[in-house]
Amino acid sequence: MKYKGLTYTYTAYAFAFFFAPLLLILFYSLTADAAGRDFTFTLAHFARFFDFSHPQYMKVLVDSFRIALISTVICLLLGYPMAYVLANMKPRVRSFLSLLFVLPMWMNFLLRTYAWMSLLETNGLINMLLTAIGLPPITIMYTEKAVILGMVYNYLPFMILPIYNSLIKLDGSLLDSADDLGASPWQTFSKVTVPLTKPAIFSGINMVFMPSVTTFAISTLLGGSSTTLIGTLIENQFKVANDMGFGSAMSVIIMIFVFGTSALSGGSKDEEVGL
Amino acid sequence: MTNNNIIELVDVTKSFDGDIVLDHINLTIKDGEFITLLGPSGCGKTTTLRIIGGFLYPDSGSVFFDGKNITNDPPYKRHLNTVFQKYALFPFLNVYENVAFGLRIKKLPEEQIKKKVTEMLELVNLHGFEKRGVTALSGGQQQRVAIARALANEPDVLLLDEPLGALDLKLRKAMQIELKRIQQQADITFIYVTHDQEEALTMSDTVVVMNKGHIQQIGTPESIYNEPVNAFVADFIGESNQLDGIMLEDYKVQFNGNVYTCVDKGFAKNEPIEVVIRPEDLKLCRPDEGNIVGVVKSCIFMGANFSIEVEQGDYTWTAHSIYHAAPGETIGLYLEPDAIHIMKEFDNDDAYPDDPEEELIAPPDDEEEES
Repeated sequence: MKYKGLTYTYTAYAFAFFFAPLLLILFYSLTADAAGRDFTFTLAHFARFFDFSHPQYMKVLVDSFRIALISTVICLLLGYPMAYVLANMKPRVRSFLSLLFVLPMWMNFLLRTYAWMSLLETNGLINMLLTAIGLPPITIMYTEKAVILGMVYNYLPFMILPIYNSLIKLDGSLLDSADDLGASPWQTFSKVTVPLTKPAIFSGINMVFMPSVTTFAISTLLGGSSTTLIGTLIENQFKVANDMGFGSAMSVIIMIFVFGTSALSGGSKDEEVGL
Repeated sequence: MTNNNIIELVDVTKSFDGDIVLDHINLTIKDGEFITLLGPSGCGKTTTLRIIGGFLYPDSGSVFFDGKNITNDPPYKRHLNTVFQKYALFPFLNVYENVAFGLRIKKLPEEQIKKKVTEMLELVNLHGFEKRGVTALSGGQQQRVAIARALANEPDVLLLDEPLGALDLKLRKAMQIELKRIQQQADITFIYVTHDQEEALTMSDTVVVMNKGHIQQIGTPESIYNEPVNAFVADFIGESNQLDGIMLEDYKVQFNGNVYTCVDKGFAKNEPIEVVIRPEDLKLCRPDEGNIVGVVKSCIFMGANFSIEVEQGDYTWTAHSIYHAAPGETIGLYLEPDAIHIMKEFDNDDAYPDDPEEELIAPPDDEEEES
């Protein structure tokens, strides 16, 4: 128990920098105007969000989940085959290619998103190339598509890496035995490989879905005013509208929803559900 | 049991990275027999099994199944199933679903699957384990699930790759009897791979002794034990006394300074040969009654008998006897003529190392065609 002191340090750290801010947000969300020294208990902020005669906030929440879901599904559909191909390569090629996947992550996240902006702009690189070969320019920038593209681009490695790690550790004799029992290569994949990598799929889904739901940078930079996500809305409450109470209430709401969805996908890990 | 050949390997060769693992193997397996591929590690027995199973393809040569060439068929197209060394049960499925795996692939109706799984679990004495997770089972139980899973597919041939290797001695003995019972009850061909000679002798109808990519001898356990064709087989199958000798003429052999009458003939005059004598064929007697006389070096209690070392000149004999002999005592050993096994000279040092260069001086495989 030589390092017991360190656990106290960590507990103190976690309390000061995770738990206390969370409590503070909860406190802000339940008081009328804490920033203006009005500490009256109220559920008005939550009521404002769930106002069915003015459902614009709920619509943003639904949009955020929808877009995050689309991005997560695309990441899974792209990421699983990529991880699979990667895992089946010779070890030397494999480590080189996985380095390539991780390399962009060494660069600043905002920088990468700005790069996409300059690519996708009306007069950006992509449209310049399209017009150069005589094709009509496309409008992606400041649409939902650009936001989804940005999310898939930024969060794809978080899908690939856990699946890849689980695939390279796969017990080859299990695949042999499925083959032996009459399963075609596709049946072996769907009945053995997928179930064996299911925990990795779930952790990939969580690692893509959670930041996608809460992002505000990608939606602001690539979506502009066309796509308002819950993250942007919260950011605006703090920085523009100066309504910390409402912003905090929305943070609490999104936290509960994200917690709920990850508990759902985490909980089904042990069950016998096919994917 | 019929006398049809179910599997035939014709001139099969396989090498990994330039190392020859199987060197022109010919093997015929009869329908319904329990055949064991026996040999030290690296002898090519597992490679042979994996080629029959379809997990490896031979560099040259063919594999026939019931007369049909299946050399290039993938495993899922072959009518045989494998029990893997580490069982390879699906950890995400329970016992019932593991056994049902192959049946579900075949898309059999549910009641038929249920009937078959129940039947299989009864065969391997695991009735009532249907809902258990496989990771919670003991090694012996996992082993039996693996057998039930493989047999549920009603294969014509079951391949077993050292399936008892991970079990403790007592469980292994019990499973040997169990496997033999299952094989007889299910009436299918078992191809069994092991490096344990006792296991091979206990269970098999036919034993194939392999070494360094060559088949050394094929025969019943009795014939392999009693009439080993060369010193390698004699050495690998049980304990033996091995020494150099000279075949003076037909029925006359000289070794360790003495001349003995034997039952072998057909060698050249004064041809150097090797002599193999089983320890249990050396009978303890009074010095004047023995045809080997020596001094007892040690006498070790082995349970069922004593292992006695007797020094005669330069050579130390090992004899097995139910009688005790006192170390230091001069005793006689009596040797019947038919207990003297004469073999053509064979460089036994060559039998173990895995240097591929030495493949070239390995003995020719005249014995391969016999079966």
